[in-house]
Amino acid sequence: MSTTDIEQELTTEQQAVVDAVNAAAAATTAEMSDQEKYGVQFDHGLAWVNFPVGDGGLGVSTSLREFAADQMTKAGLQPPPRGSNTIGFGMAAPTIVAYGNEEQRAVLRKIYTLETIFCQLFSEPGAGSDLAAVATRAVRNEDGYLINGQKVWTSSAHNADMAILVARTDTEVPKHQGLSYFLLDMHAPGVEVRGLRQITGEAEFNEVFLTDVQIPAGYMLGEPGQGWKISNTTLNNERVAIGGGNPREGGMIAQVAKTWRDNPEYRDPLLHDELVRLWVEVEASRMMSERLSQKLAAGQPGPEGSGAKLAFATNNQLLSGLEIALSGVDGLRYDTYEMRRPVEHSMTGRIPGYRYLRAKGNSIEGGTSEIIRNIIAERVLGLPGEHRVDKDVAFKDLPK
Amino acid sequence: MTDIDLLPSEIEEDLRDSIRSLLESKSDSAFVASLYDDPDTDTSALDAAWAEELGLAALLVPEELDGAGATISEAAVVSEEIGRAVAPVRFFSSAVVATTLAVRLGATELVERLAAGEAFAAVACPATSATLDSGVTVVESGEDAVVNGTVPGVIEAAGADELIVVSGSGDDTIVASVAAADAKAEAFLTLDQSRRLADVTFADAPARVLGRGAQAADAVRAATVIGRTILAAEQYGVAQRSFDLALDYIKERRQFGRTIGSYQAIKHRMADLWLAVSQAGAAVTYAARVASAWQAGEETIEEAELCSLVAGSYASTVAVNAAEEALQMHGGNGMTWEFPLHLYLKRAKADELILGHAAAQRRQLAPLIDITLD
Repeated sequence: MSTTDIEQELTTEQQAVVDAVNAAAAATTAEMSDQEKYGVQFDHGLAWVNFPVGDGGLGVSTSLREFAADQMTKAGLQPPPRGSNTIGFGMAAPTIVAYGNEEQRAVLRKIYTLETIFCQLFSEPGAGSDLAAVATRAVRNEDGYLINGQKVWTSSAHNADMAILVARTDTEVPKHQGLSYFLLDMHAPGVEVRGLRQITGEAEFNEVFLTDVQIPAGYMLGEPGQGWKISNTTLNNERVAIGGGNPREGGMIAQVAKTWRDNPEYRDPLLHDELVRLWVEVEASRMMSERLSQKLAAGQPGPEGSGAKLAFATNNQLLSGLEIALSGVDGLRYDTYEMRRPVEHSMTGRIPGYRYLRAKGNSIEGGTSEIIRNIIAERVLGLPGEHRVDKDVAFKDLPK
Repeated sequence: MTDIDLLPSEIEEDLRDSIRSLLESKSDSAFVASLYDDPDTDTSALDAAWAEELGLAALLVPEELDGAGATISEAAVVSEEIGRAVAPVRFFSSAVVATTLAVRLGATELVERLAAGEAFAAVACPATSATLDSGVTVVESGEDAVVNGTVPGVIEAAGADELIVVSGSGDDTIVASVAAADAKAEAFLTLDQSRRLADVTFADAPARVLGRGAQAADAVRAATVIGRTILAAEQYGVAQRSFDLALDYIKERRQFGRTIGSYQAIKHRMADLWLAVSQAGAAVTYAARVASAWQAGEETIEEAELCSLVAGSYASTVAVNAAEEALQMHGGNGMTWEFPLHLYLKRAKADELILGHAAAQRRQLAPLIDITLD
């Protein structure tokens, strides 16, 4: 495509992206460290192009993120690996840009340059799917807030520098109204992180104990009592992050199809039909995600995001279970149950047994499949909400 | 791949609106149900409306043959609406499969009659055949032929004006046309009376050869791929309408002092069904877009075939599941004649077998995606 072709087709917003990419490319030198290069990209508004100018964005529509990524690749600009700061990129940043004051928004640059790794202190032993039931207390004192409580299933807490935290500032009001949202320094005194060994053997996530942790008042995001509303911004961003953009036969289906092709000795007509059926299922699911991203790009957000999360979990679990059966006795070999921190989050790098066990979490993390079905039924199909016994009762009076 | 646009075009939406309002006025569920009481119910007004007035008989006929020259995506939209209404129209059998064969074989005179809505044609193969093969004997002599044999369960053979016979495969393929008057089509009571089947007997029936050899084989393959894609769209329409009926019902129906749609067991099943139906819709649209791209010379038949098998096998299972779930959600009412659920279940179950059931389609798909059994 010639330059003139591009110019003819570009919208004003696209032109703004192209200009920023060119400027960032010109300001980047080979001698720079990765961190410095990421800083240049941030300063030119290429971190999240839909964010406001000054916050790592250009104030253009969200649909241009893919376009910006393509342009950056073409210009030789390497963005930071998002997997190194998943919570920071996917959840903390959009929430901070929506609710943070100027001082708080300063952390956006450090998220992008990977100087500040985030984790998410939401779930508690008594508050998983029922997130509004968190019991961790944040009590106002002269220096800000004093935090006490226990969080659990916190991915990457062991690497994190900062956390987004939901804690209870008021027990006299019903549970949804008494929550507040904080940024927490994970290096502060009183923060203790303990690796939590999981079904695969590794310690991907953690328990986090918060004992008399002092947070400055300026670390609260939004107003006291706004915690539920703000955490929903975070969770919506979390679900949108899943699904979409896979090529045909990408992800888990690729792995299982390969196992089929590599192991003719274990082929069976019924397993064959099951595999082809799942191949079709994954393909149909991929088409739906593709349609969702086209709708988003056209400014017509659809409800399919929750569906993609549900389909992803179900298909991954069925496929990883099938892969064991297609591997004969080798399907029963395991590589290591040694408790260690995961080096990466790739499902495909290890053995079928690991994938089978790890995939069990797909229907729990980021909202259980049961909660997702409730969300689809209520928000997409307009069916009545679940009967609630805890809605108008002060948190302190709820049976625990 | 990624440049396949899955959002509806304005032309498609206009087409959808006009066919929906036509079917609502001329083929409501009471009308469809009447075909079960009296198979001879007069459908000529409906036939004239869709085939001639709306011009849907000419939809897939190229403009140079006085047709509408529409894309397969547009035909898929029509088919979706036919499924939504379980309409008793010969769109799939005559305007899609038979017309595609006639167009591809250059049977101009037949194409013109079909396009004008003056005549309807049926391909004389068992409804369940995945290859359109009639399984009869065709003895050629030049442009003429003689056909002998019996074909069980032919879609919409009764009342068709022309019966198209497909014999053999590869270079031995022959496609020939028999006038209805020269064959015997005996309609029987069908699970789905909105699309009746007939046993067809040819006894030394005179036929005209429409095509032979590789050209005929290519036409048969094209008609199969397009037919399967259009049928999948119909199945999606059946599934979506079944789902909508169920959703409306569970929002209204009260038991134990609350709407049944407030029970979590029902909500979760509806969420799963919504997901399956939505995915079927996406797979069908994708397959239709790819087939249109192939028709325009921008995509291979292999890719169109693969996508038609994905959409076909997926949508046929989803349609049956949706109709069965919708019936169950209607409880006792679902078992009655006065609710339209039975029409959808019968159409879904019959469609499931047409051009090969889902498992047969998956077996056809397997070598195309390099997942083979041996």
